[in-house]
Amino acid sequence: AAAQSRPSALQSGESLATLKNESDSLKKKLEEERAKLHDVELNQVAEKVELVSALSIRTRRVLKGHGNKVLCMDWCKDKRRLVSSSQDGKVIVWDGYTLNKEHAVTMPCTWVMACAYAPSGCAVACGGLDNKCSVYPLSLDKNENLAAKKKSVAMHTNYLSGCSFTNSDMQLLTSSGDGTCALWDVESGQLLQSFHGHTADVLSLNLAPSETGNTFVSGGCDKKANVWDMLPCASVSCRLYDLRADREVAVYQKDSIIFGASSVDFSLSGRLLFAGYNDYTINVWDVLKGNRISVLFGHENRVSCVKVSPDGTSFASASWDTSLRIWA
Amino acid sequence: MTIRTIRPNRGQHYRPRMHCLQKIEAHMVEMQDPKSGLKGAEQKLNVTTIPHVITGQDIIAWLLNKMKVTQEEAEAYGTMLVAYGYIYPLQNHRKLVMCNDGSLYRFQTPYFWPTQKWVAEDCDYAIYLAKRNIRKKGVLEPFEQEHYTHLHTWLNHKWDFIVMQATEQYKAGKERKKPDRVVLDCQERAYWIVNRPPVRFCNDSRKPFFFQNIFYQQAIMRSKVKSSVSLGALVKFVNTYKNHDPFLAPCLPSNPWVTDNDTYWTLNIRRVDQCTKMRVERWSFSFFELLSDQRGRDDFKSFLKKEFSGENLAFWEAAEELKWGSAAAIATKAAVIFKTFLAPGAPRWINIDGRTMGLTVKGLDHPHRYVLDGAQTHVFLLMKKVRPTAERGPLKTAERGPLKDR
Repeated sequence: AAAQSRPSALQSGESLATLKNESDSLKKKLEEERAKLHDVELNQVAEKVELVSALSIRTRRVLKGHGNKVLCMDWCKDKRRLVSSSQDGKVIVWDGYTLNKEHAVTMPCTWVMACAYAPSGCAVACGGLDNKCSVYPLSLDKNENLAAKKKSVAMHTNYLSGCSFTNSDMQLLTSSGDGTCALWDVESGQLLQSFHGHTADVLSLNLAPSETGNTFVSGGCDKKANVWDMLPCASVSCRLYDLRADREVAVYQKDSIIFGASSVDFSLSGRLLFAGYNDYTINVWDVLKGNRISVLFGHENRVSCVKVSPDGTSFASASWDTSLRIWA
Repeated sequence: MTIRTIRPNRGQHYRPRMHCLQKIEAHMVEMQDPKSGLKGAEQKLNVTTIPHVITGQDIIAWLLNKMKVTQEEAEAYGTMLVAYGYIYPLQNHRKLVMCNDGSLYRFQTPYFWPTQKWVAEDCDYAIYLAKRNIRKKGVLEPFEQEHYTHLHTWLNHKWDFIVMQATEQYKAGKERKKPDRVVLDCQERAYWIVNRPPVRFCNDSRKPFFFQNIFYQQAIMRSKVKSSVSLGALVKFVNTYKNHDPFLAPCLPSNPWVTDNDTYWTLNIRRVDQCTKMRVERWSFSFFELLSDQRGRDDFKSFLKKEFSGENLAFWEAAEELKWGSAAAIATKAAVIFKTFLAPGAPRWINIDGRTMGLTVKGLDHPHRYVLDGAQTHVFLLMKKVRPTAERGPLKTAERGPLKDR
């Protein structure tokens, strides 16, 4: 979006040296501005906040049925259903509460890396190495072949790493290994907006809950998280960034944690951060105090995706051990 | 890790841009005035003679004289005229800059000006590329070839129509006189270079620094607050919601996942008789919470109806539907919204300030999904003011009932 509509105003006279100098001085000025705002640390502000009492979080449901690594999952707005996608090419819609498998679709391309539930609960979107994101309307008729009604919506030039519906079933946001994110009109398949800003693969995206619903963040292999106006990639530490003061305010890490975190989500109040790791565990962090509250064991392989349910009563984790777990 | 905020290229910028484009249009008309404008000449290009060709230096000289600006400003403005597609270069057609020398330019036909009503659709672009492909295989440049392949895939369902249109246009073109055809080809090509520019950057090592500097400048200008303010707000948020976080405080009667009893969910459906105390409390945290809960919105709607001001919420909901709905429905929805809420004497006329109303109505000439943002925000704030009254009344009665904290 940045490059396309702006004409080249680079004067032929400006030398590389001039630009570099300007770059350095601007960077310095930005750092000075940020420093002025750096008047307090998070742990100081959080000093008077009560400690979190011991949590007793346990696995409450285990969803078995996938034949290979589960790479992604998403909750339905009804707080109990979820959709999961796996490397075996299957996309399954579950009622997490009853453990019922309600729908199953076999994708033509086996590596399904991302999936999302539509806000209405009437469709799911998924995609992966086919470079596409397709939408499947969910039929009430169990015998109906879902694959027949499939609609290809998004087209990238590399693998699909993430997808999410915006506030309605009509718009889909995708992130891709081609380094871009894009917003699509589901009905027509039209590209509404594309976001160029990453210099490498974009691995994940997350929409911000807000009145306007116009912001999302994407994380990429270029170690940058971009916040777009219309959280994290796999790194060893989880970081909290204050957008209004424009600086990083907390890092959640321990020496004993060696493996990277692949996915995070906040609890409803924002006090707890659930992070899924490559060492098969899930760590629960106190966002304000910065310490780890507990470690959750149960998965038998890497945790690929972690998401809190819409009403905050539980969170689900998807793993390379082919299962999903619901924790509360 | 670095976090960068990138300015959205959303419709919000659409309106101011349209305004400045009209100013440019006025200049373009003057520039082509037979008495006070620029005189074009015939120019031989390859084998054809093209009429009305002007040089870059002539254009810049005219701008200097007309606008009384500095040399640099005139050159920059000249480049804008090329970048937006009002003037196009004949040589080096991909580089959209105005050169202050003997480089040749032509005025773009008003049909292709940016202020025209129609948007540069992918379908039209596909027809254009297909047409060029018909004329001569292999004439498409690499970036055009990429576009063409991509369009061929996702517009596949329309491909027969596209080829048909392209063939028709090609045939019609053949019947024109050669100079006319060459001119039209140049105009059309220029239009598409502006609207579908080649994405690949040129091998200019200064470019990354150039864009980085713009990014830094925007980051410096962006409004920021002190950490104490923003982190204070974070702590406040966490404290406000802590009793509503099922991981921190027990949800009543119990967490369905823990006890296998889903009463908690049945108590909080949309059409329950009595809302729980916790639910009503949550609505009091922010207006956004109230509107996000469908039941909260329902109750607020009933309240507004009694106060005869339901049109605000109705408008807000219609604007949401426009924003998040399908692209094809935008124009129709915008028309209905105008007739219902904004037109003088409309049945559900919303009372917003004159300036916002004026800008919104003007924007509806070229409706896009964010065209109602200004009005919607205004209405949102109006409703927010009314909310405390609502809370003292009907919303509060909701919490009285058999359900109490145990």
